[in-house]
Amino acid sequence: MTLEPGTGPDGVPTEPATPVAEPITPRDLIVSASPHVHAGQDVPWIMRQVLLALLPGLLAGLWFFGLGALRVLVLAVAGCLACEWACARLVKRPATLRDYSAVVTGVLLAMNLPSGSPWWLVLIGSIVAIGLGKAVYGGLGYNPFNPALVARVFLLISFPVQMTTWVVPQGPGTALDAATGATPLGAIKEAVGLGRTVADAGAPGLRDLLVGNVGGSFGEVSALALLLGGLWLLWRGVIRWQVPVAFMAVTSLVTGIAHLADPAHYASPLVHLLGGGLMLGAWFMATDMVTSPVTRRGLLIFGAGCGLLTAVIRLWGGYPEGVSFAILLMNAATPLIDRWTRPRVFGEARKLYREADAA
Amino acid sequence: MLVPTVVLSGIGLLSGLGLALAARAFAVETDPRQEKIAEALPGANCGGCGYAGCGDFAGAVVRGDAKPDDCPVCDQETRRLVASIVGLTVQDRAPQVALILCQGGDDVAAKKYRYNGLASCASAALLGGGDKLCGAGCLGLGDCQRACAFGAVEMTPSGVARIIPARCTACGQCVAACPKDLIKLVPAEATIHVLCSNHDRGPAAKKACTVACLGCKKCEKSFAEDPRIKVADFLAYIDYEHAPVDPALAALCPTGALVYRAAAAPAAERTSS
Amino acid sequence: MKFSGGVHPAYHKDTAGLQIEAMPLLHRYVVPIAQHLGAPGKVLVAKGDRVARWQPLSEPVGFVSVPVHAPTSGTVKQVAALPHPLGRPMLAVEIESDGEDRPWEGLAPLGDWRTLDPAALRRAIQAAGVVGLGGATFPTHVKLSPPAEKKVDLLVLNGAECEPYLTADHRVMLEQAAEVMEGVGLMMRVLGVSRACVGIESNKPDALAALRRACPADVAAEFVLLETKYPQGSEKHLIYALCGRRVPPGGLPMDVGCVVQNVGTAVACLEAVRDGLPMTERVATVTGAAINVPHNLRVRVGAPLLDVLAHCGGVTPDVGKVIFGGPMMGIGQFDMDVPLIKGTSGVLCLRDDEAVLYEGGPCIRCGACVDACPMGLVPSAMGLIAERFRFEELGDWHVLDCIECGSCAYVCPSRRPLVQHFKRGKAEWRDILEERRARTERDAKRAETAATA
Repeated sequence: MTLEPGTGPDGVPTEPATPVAEPITPRDLIVSASPHVHAGQDVPWIMRQVLLALLPGLLAGLWFFGLGALRVLVLAVAGCLACEWACARLVKRPATLRDYSAVVTGVLLAMNLPSGSPWWLVLIGSIVAIGLGKAVYGGLGYNPFNPALVARVFLLISFPVQMTTWVVPQGPGTALDAATGATPLGAIKEAVGLGRTVADAGAPGLRDLLVGNVGGSFGEVSALALLLGGLWLLWRGVIRWQVPVAFMAVTSLVTGIAHLADPAHYASPLVHLLGGGLMLGAWFMATDMVTSPVTRRGLLIFGAGCGLLTAVIRLWGGYPEGVSFAILLMNAATPLIDRWTRPRVFGEARKLYREADAA
Repeated sequence: MLVPTVVLSGIGLLSGLGLALAARAFAVETDPRQEKIAEALPGANCGGCGYAGCGDFAGAVVRGDAKPDDCPVCDQETRRLVASIVGLTVQDRAPQVALILCQGGDDVAAKKYRYNGLASCASAALLGGGDKLCGAGCLGLGDCQRACAFGAVEMTPSGVARIIPARCTACGQCVAACPKDLIKLVPAEATIHVLCSNHDRGPAAKKACTVACLGCKKCEKSFAEDPRIKVADFLAYIDYEHAPVDPALAALCPTGALVYRAAAAPAAERTSS
Repeated sequence: MKFSGGVHPAYHKDTAGLQIEAMPLLHRYVVPIAQHLGAPGKVLVAKGDRVARWQPLSEPVGFVSVPVHAPTSGTVKQVAALPHPLGRPMLAVEIESDGEDRPWEGLAPLGDWRTLDPAALRRAIQAAGVVGLGGATFPTHVKLSPPAEKKVDLLVLNGAECEPYLTADHRVMLEQAAEVMEGVGLMMRVLGVSRACVGIESNKPDALAALRRACPADVAAEFVLLETKYPQGSEKHLIYALCGRRVPPGGLPMDVGCVVQNVGTAVACLEAVRDGLPMTERVATVTGAAINVPHNLRVRVGAPLLDVLAHCGGVTPDVGKVIFGGPMMGIGQFDMDVPLIKGTSGVLCLRDDEAVLYEGGPCIRCGACVDACPMGLVPSAMGLIAERFRFEELGDWHVLDCIECGSCAYVCPSRRPLVQHFKRGKAEWRDILEERRARTERDAKRAETAATA
């Protein structure tokens, strides 16, 4: 391909610089649109990080509630996987079990249930979570509501007795049919409802609330373990700080104001932060990407809304726990929040923001 | 017990009255002919007329913006009916059917690269005209199939699109959808076709696809005085006004680009209202 | 200043230390007539003609057009539709070299730019076929001729080279610093501005030092080290980072008083004026894990890809992609006969396992793309709309403001081919706008005829 030895007028060498091997002529090159490289994250990776982050909370729950918790966990995950597979077969599409999202839903669902839940309750929950919470919308990415919470609320409303039968934690040896008792928030609500004060409720101290030696859904009790997991997710870049921080801040603010106004009837904000499902909700449920806004400003509004609704339901609503409802309600508001918080196009003047530029 | 009953009934009555009044006050005047026409039309909302569905087309006909003839899907009788509603006449029209001028499936046509991207022909065509070595060939990603409101396009096992004449109403949506302009509307009764759109010279065409038209002119030469097939720029074209009908012609073609296909059934038997 | 959005890809600037090497003369060159944005030129030669090096092969058609020139002396083998980096055959002149590399007698060096008036400089730049070497290949003389109503007060020199793998501009800044700065002075004179601002990413401090040292006393240039972030080299973002001005959507840098030029373009302008040399070569980085001997190569325009790869030791057997340009915005190639042209800043050979494989999974609304988009768009929403082929909704989401930088697709965990969606979406949206415009015109005409009837 190159010419005989010689030199051009401006000293350009006209002989081959080095003898080269016969060049390979690639016939089957891949052609795609740009870009041609990728940062490396994929959906299974994200889901695996979430599972890793949930591990401390899971282990704490298993520690405090023993075999019952394990049974619920296994049933929930198996149920979710089976349901996702069945739904895929029903619509004749390839199953997407490989993306781990059903596993995550199963684990989160399990962590939202009392450890003493009967097997049929857990399975119904799994079917509702995947079938009604995800598959009917088209699968991963299309559901407007957090699937695990859809199932939890469904179960709570349909089977209120089983869903509020809380096992008293007795360590790993907790028998499958162990004694039951109230959750801290439940006890407070009941006491105040009966005209007594918060102190009369005899709720566990802050240390127990932090570590998790309290009654409740087996995955929500250990605020410390959940916080550690959540911070780890933040560090890995899987979740963004706006939702958990806004959630916790607003709940603390509203309950704090109430507590300051009337400490006898309103528990301290620390109790609210560490008790109930707030840590689980703020760090793992409200941060579900599919059902929360895409912009940072939107996430702040979303988190704040969750925090506000949680506080309102807990303090003045009919339920002692408001996290599930709060998150589901804010999930419904997500499309609107996304619309309101659309970023400004680079260089766009402020007042032109919402004018349509369609011709 | 009495008070709630009375109050609710009263609200109900008032609302009903309000709705009735509103229906009168905000009534939209429509030409009754528009509804009649809309009923007569096939109702497929295929967009072949260029309007947003049959209802929109009916309105256009009544306004005089469109002619009854503009609906490509209607059969003769329906067009006459629509025309009569607005006091017009229509002429007879030879039924048409869509035809994809390419047979280049994976078994006969070479590719020039491994494509990775969206499964849409127009999107794939952004990358150097698509992955077929033949620059004119069908990319087989189904834009025409998606555009068809009648299910008249199928993808063959070798990955090239093909029309199902029995279902085709010649609405023209597939013609517009194809980014390679491979689809044409031809008379339904035509039987001889050149299913190739490649303008490359013989050797290049052959390298790209074994059933490509080489432009060898064997078909053109078989009609010495009365050319019904013309070769221009290394591609043969059928003159459908004086279409040839002899099935033996297909045997002349060295590559198989020239084919004989049975005529499609007349439109009246194909469309369903 | 830092622009919001953008990504930090792995940079792989392994060739930054390689001195520029000139490619030996080749047997044949294929010179496309259209190597720039704007109208292609009119061909001046025919089959069998003998041409000399730097002889014009085409003449410009209209103002936004530049000529192309012969990269060496030889005979015109054919003028036909030949392979082009854009993927489809386009009109080109194939030249068979005679090995002499004889220069054209019509070269007209003008000497010191300081003694010439802006109009003469502009003419020389157009006649030399100088286009923006940053990749967009916009005719430089047009960029240097803003309309009178646009008050341009600043020349911005783009030394960012934000694409991973590419180091051509880096080497030009190191090895031809004096010429770069002379070129800057020249361009300032053409524009009539008294200030220039040179922006270089922080991963190239030696280049900044070299340019600063080489800056002539009468060239008032400011040197700024910028954050190393992709796409720092994008015109709008470069301007913002350097002086805080924001180019409005749909606007151009001259709308905020700036003109942006690449460092290689500055050198080309100088050579066009001082030596009368048309643009027939450029520095391109041949790199990637799938090329055996990476180079910063001075190639002549029209050099076939196969020869360039052979000179660099050939590709490895596991090559997956060969890209012209960088990995973020480059164009995938498939034809070994395709020539390198004025806008080819690099040839990137990626291994099969290195190249991204788009899967088009569902959008999980993670927001990574929204964080990454430097233009403030919402790629996830636009992708969902384009996926459903509802292109008429795309305009509302400002799809025309997408600069196709690829930051969104780079981070998408579902491997969605977002840029392909937007390339398609932009074309469809423009068609829709055109259709609407035509319909409005039709309706107006009909109303007019109805009124006069």
